[in-house]
Amino acid sequence: MEISRYSAYSDIELDKAEGEQIEALKLRAQEPIPDPDEWLDIEMPSNAIILSTVDALLNWARRSSLWPSICFPACCAFELIAANASRFDLSRFGMEILRASPRQADVMITAGTLTWKMAPQVRRIYDQMAEPKWVIAMGACGISGGIFRSSYNVVPGYNRIVPVDIYVPGCPPRPEALIYGIRMLHNKISKAHIVSPAKKTIEKREELP
Amino acid sequence: MTISLSGQKVAKQIAERFPEVVSEVTDQAVVVKSESIFKVAEYLKNSQDFKCDYLNYIAAVDYYDYFELVYQLTSREHNHSLVLKTRCYDRDKSIVPSVVSLWRGADFQEREIYDLMGIAFEGHPNLKRIVLWEGFSGHPLRKDYL
Repeated sequence: MEISRYSAYSDIELDKAEGEQIEALKLRAQEPIPDPDEWLDIEMPSNAIILSTVDALLNWARRSSLWPSICFPACCAFELIAANASRFDLSRFGMEILRASPRQADVMITAGTLTWKMAPQVRRIYDQMAEPKWVIAMGACGISGGIFRSSYNVVPGYNRIVPVDIYVPGCPPRPEALIYGIRMLHNKISKAHIVSPAKKTIEKREELP
Repeated sequence: MTISLSGQKVAKQIAERFPEVVSEVTDQAVVVKSESIFKVAEYLKNSQDFKCDYLNYIAAVDYYDYFELVYQLTSREHNHSLVLKTRCYDRDKSIVPSVVSLWRGADFQEREIYDLMGIAFEGHPNLKRIVLWEGFSGHPLRKDYL
């Protein structure tokens, strides 16, 4: 039975390279990346010394215009879209623009189930975002894999792949919950120090090949 | 509304053309032997009585003892449809002839069945994993996959 090739198929070598990349990422992502929560107890600095004023100004500037990158693999995206639309109106927080390029974004809202095949791409989006950058894990799948946790192809939580700052539970979380999470992220950013960066005490993972 | 042809009627015409090919007949479907699925499909596509020029889907079911492949075929000209089934009893070396050369729409579906059920399609031009990655071990939709 002879069948002519109508369409251009990808090479098997490329598929093998992709498979090796996924297996390597899977091997490295056995444990979740720690996400310290000491910042929750930090009191807001009130003394008006010059350094804290610089901090306050920079943090105010950063948290007042967060630019989300596009990382919506599944159904939580619709709650995010609803939060972005006129009724809930994320533009109140200066984040109405969802950037198509991760290089123009500084917060990743991970709205949806992540499969291992998609995981290298999500890691690449995170790597391409400019510092300082934050991640909000949205929904049960984003936090722990949700109902698909024991599946053969689902990443059990985005914190295996990227360091997560805020977790928003729900399946899916309502836009109010997401906005509450975003307010918590504002809170976290406003407690960061530029001189001694308390924001991220996570060691950088080695870069993907 | 598309008319569903009864299995008996289809089986009768298949049996006239190819004796000892039909292994089971129900009201809804015809079960044929797996090695002759291609010639039966070719007959159903090209004969004037059936002219099944459209493949709705291919599905695979794991019944522990055997895999069953379900083909739903539709004729746009006669406005009828029928269900063709075949069974594959070998779990380790499951091989079924491919129908990609008859219906191009079978391409990705056969690759998906190969990926998740582990049924190899003989004659498929590009049989490799489509949903999972190269190097994944096992076929997850099999009942014995852990």
